[in-house]
Amino acid sequence: MFQNYGERPALIDENYGALSYQQLFADAEVLYRQIGKRCLVFSLCRNSAESVIGYVSFLNHRVAPLLLPEGLDGTLLHTLVELYRPQFIWCPEERRGQLPEWEKAYQQRNYVLLKTGYEECELFDELALLLTTSGSTGSPKLVRQSYKNIKANMESIASYLELDETERPITTLPMNYTYGLSIINSHLYVGAAILLTEKPLTQRAFWDFLERRQASSIAGVPYTYEMLDKLKLFRMRLPSLRTMTQAGGKLSPELHKKFAEYAEREGKRFIVMYGQTEATARMAYLPYEKSLEKYGSMGIAIPGGRFELIDADGKTIEAEETVGELVYYGENVTLGYAEKRADLKLGDERNGRLVTGDMAKRDADGFYYIVGRKKRFLKIFGNRVNLDETERMVKREFPGLDCAAAGRDDHLYVFVTDGEKADAVKRYLTEKTGLNGSAFTVKGIDAIPKNDAGKTLYKELEEIT
Amino acid sequence: MTNREKYVQAFVEGLEINADQTEGLAYEAIPEWDSVGHMNLIGCLEEAFDIMMETDDIIELNSFEKGIEILKKYGITIA
Repeated sequence: MFQNYGERPALIDENYGALSYQQLFADAEVLYRQIGKRCLVFSLCRNSAESVIGYVSFLNHRVAPLLLPEGLDGTLLHTLVELYRPQFIWCPEERRGQLPEWEKAYQQRNYVLLKTGYEECELFDELALLLTTSGSTGSPKLVRQSYKNIKANMESIASYLELDETERPITTLPMNYTYGLSIINSHLYVGAAILLTEKPLTQRAFWDFLERRQASSIAGVPYTYEMLDKLKLFRMRLPSLRTMTQAGGKLSPELHKKFAEYAEREGKRFIVMYGQTEATARMAYLPYEKSLEKYGSMGIAIPGGRFELIDADGKTIEAEETVGELVYYGENVTLGYAEKRADLKLGDERNGRLVTGDMAKRDADGFYYIVGRKKRFLKIFGNRVNLDETERMVKREFPGLDCAAAGRDDHLYVFVTDGEKADAVKRYLTEKTGLNGSAFTVKGIDAIPKNDAGKTLYKELEEIT
Repeated sequence: MTNREKYVQAFVEGLEINADQTEGLAYEAIPEWDSVGHMNLIGCLEEAFDIMMETDDIIELNSFEKGIEILKKYGITIA
């Protein structure tokens, strides 16, 4: 999967300094020797050398990893382990305490390889990688990505972003998150050096690292750009920064315009993009030359892909400015989902066609605009949060209480039939998802509005959010 | 309200915590004070004291005590 670029720097870790491709590959090799064969591994990710070494080791040696956030709630992690029964877990040493039942087989820097002793499982030959559909709620529903998917997408991204070995992206997104991972993939592909930091951009240490190590690009979800706006990025001198990319939800047209203007003024590139885990990562991008002219648009299909809009009957919409469901075709369309261990042997269920669940329209010049979403989920600070799953979690934890979840991106409303439990529900959601509590509002309500068939009337709830 | 009360109140609102948790508090010491909480806190401070904070001050405010020092630059004394 990944190529060894020899003495060129591959990773620049805020704690360990620079690691060449040679060292990265050597460390990855040593780790693989402990595993020894194709199997399933859980990898708890952070933006650090060990985490990337593990990833490169697994992908290059046909070990299939499930990438999870390092801070994933212990109960949710155990539920996933029991459901999928991985043979190994690659995690920070600090997590050991929560996983005492398994033997430490190996240690590299601050990461340990735990051997679970679970029996082998059958994996589809092309299965390369598993990612969660909603990392924060520990959803057992995983996206199955193939070697071909990853390769096709990283080649396409490297081509439209015109990446070469002089690039130095700095991490601003989790590695287990498809967008963060796509940056790692596409830059390893071209032999660039990745700056690894866990520091958030609200702290001086992040900006010092960016400046000292001459970061060339930054990536962010809409919330990141809202923060950059409040941080008055427009007044900062950042000569090494050449490119800013945005994905993970729709940026407000006002901010899109503001950043496009800033980029034009400063001779930088601002590129709005669109993607989903189900399409490996990326499906569309707005070429930076068009960023200002077409602000509010998510652009055109990436090289090697194409879009189609369909109406409620599944018929293709040819007319411009007409809203329909967005369908994508390309080699990066993933194999399908897994919801249990036996699903890991499944083959390609999509055959290169993905019905995205997003509603969009196309203008006269062929540029696409996202206007809404069909599926019941929100993006909170870029994280997908499934509303039905949120309801199930709350009902399971608080028996006897009825609830309904609704909201908009960056804000989830949960209505509960016992107002006295509102604070406890909010605390529970904050703790389980690891998302900042300001994203949740829990309100008491007499009864959840439902129709005669017992279906929740979300429209009515949305009116009171 | 005294400046100190306003200052504590900005932490209470911005981070959604209790007033007795504020003293000695540092960035990332509690889950509430992450990057999202940080920007909420800055918003509350700016509103409470009717100021616009500079980038350098926003990214350096990493503890309850440090914030008191930073606000002096804006002519705000917290006793």
